[in-house]
Amino acid sequence: MATSEALLVEGLTVAFDGSVAVDAATFAVEEGASFGLVGESGSGKSTILRAIAGLVPDWSGRIEVMGHPLGRRRGAEFFRTVQMVFQDPYGSLHPRHTVDRTLSEPLLLHRFDRVEQRIEEALEQVGLGPSFRFRYPHQLSGGQRQRVAIARALMLEPRILLLDEPTSALDVSVQAEVLNLLDRLRVDRGLTYLLVSHNLAVVAHMCERIAVMQGGRIVETLRADAMRNLTPTNPYTRDLLVASQGYSAGEEE
Amino acid sequence: MTEELLRVEDLWVRFPTPSGKVVEAVRGVSFSLGRERLGIVGESGSGKSMTGRSILRLVRPPGQVQAKRIMFHDQDLLTLSERKMRQVRGNRISMVMQDPKFSLNPVMTVGRQIAEAYRLHTGASRREAKRATLEMLEAVQIRDPERVRDLYPHEVSGGMGQRIMIAMMLAPDPEILIADEPTSALDVTVQTSVLRIIDRLVKERGMGLIFISHDLNLVATFCDRILIMYAGRVVETCEASRLHEAKHPYTRGLLNALPRLDEPKAALEAMTRDPAWTEAPSVDGYL
Repeated sequence: MATSEALLVEGLTVAFDGSVAVDAATFAVEEGASFGLVGESGSGKSTILRAIAGLVPDWSGRIEVMGHPLGRRRGAEFFRTVQMVFQDPYGSLHPRHTVDRTLSEPLLLHRFDRVEQRIEEALEQVGLGPSFRFRYPHQLSGGQRQRVAIARALMLEPRILLLDEPTSALDVSVQAEVLNLLDRLRVDRGLTYLLVSHNLAVVAHMCERIAVMQGGRIVETLRADAMRNLTPTNPYTRDLLVASQGYSAGEEE
Repeated sequence: MTEELLRVEDLWVRFPTPSGKVVEAVRGVSFSLGRERLGIVGESGSGKSMTGRSILRLVRPPGQVQAKRIMFHDQDLLTLSERKMRQVRGNRISMVMQDPKFSLNPVMTVGRQIAEAYRLHTGASRREAKRATLEMLEAVQIRDPERVRDLYPHEVSGGMGQRIMIAMMLAPDPEILIADEPTSALDVTVQTSVLRIIDRLVKERGMGLIFISHDLNLVATFCDRILIMYAGRVVETCEASRLHEAKHPYTRGLLNALPRLDEPKAALEAMTRDPAWTEAPSVDGYL
């Protein structure tokens, strides 16, 4: 039977030196859907992304991408299907490579044709004109860099994007532009997103379903509207929601 | 009306660049501070941090600070000698920065740092300082202060580190606290507990607080009054509770760009920046 699941994670456990970073995480993301992972620092949300991307050497459990279980190594096929966008656009672009070189590298590695044309199209898609093509990262603003990082992730025409706090380093007005861009790309290309963020409002805006993580475990999986209605069942999710609405004087402990 | 603790008039901060051009980070900002929580919000590069640093004359050369006056009670901070300024800095006006990891000395225990700061400002004896250190750690709600006192900064969490910074800054009982993104490096649930501590101390001691942040929601819920900065100028001031009625198109743009939990939006509003915002003179933020 063909599944419509783009991504399936079952009992994923990651341990570093005896401390468990992710404890038996299980979730599935349908093709074309957007799934969010929220939690505070150390909750294990980024580790899940990194395990899927093959950046964590040691994990156990099951990860399936487009119905194919993943092994220890990630082949070229995997990277044509799954790409990742990182949090810090200042750290994720090579400072001495032009935008052109950054974008052409994955194409050359994977022996794609029409390199010139693809780069021009990619820049156009992320809302950067052709004038950006031969610039270096230091000649770009944070938002422009993140657009380049998104363009790079799209070069191989992947089906799934792993987004690790893609707008946390950006100002709100720039964040709005990048989130709108990601939304549009998902619709245009039928992409599947797995988005990690500490910002509940961002996740609720971008995703249909959301898993809340605490201490390596998924404590609750809920729909975005349940989150908006402030009707989570888990007390931790409730605390998180209240805290993310701004400051409340509360009672003195 | 509350009394004015601080009055900044026509503040400019300029950075000359090697090419001969001068970058103006702050352009003619005026405001005053009473015994209140004053928020300064803006995006990166709006000049909010430079405004905070100018008050304590902490803008490093080649940056140049110029103002008609920066009055702290009846002293003009700009005309004080560096020696006099040091007595103000930390003692009477304190500052808490964003990341405790970079503000604490990594090779000194937490307790020694607090005690040192305390002795420097009060001239107390070692024993007295030790006792005060424990008291301060308790004041910022650190459980088991005797254990924490002997820890090094890398052994404490971000939230605890920031509480330690606050304890240290509040030790000399300053009249004004300038907090520059004090909770931006912290998780939301930790953020709330750190803010409650600041809030309580500010209220109990009748301090004035300048709270610099990029987070509109936070400032709207935590502060009493807000200055909104854009391109080195104050474009609008308002009562914090009425931020959502703000009129300036920049403030409106910021509010609309923010994804909100309580009201879903199909697309976020992308801001179109009007060059006129940069040209319009700074709005004054006097009490």
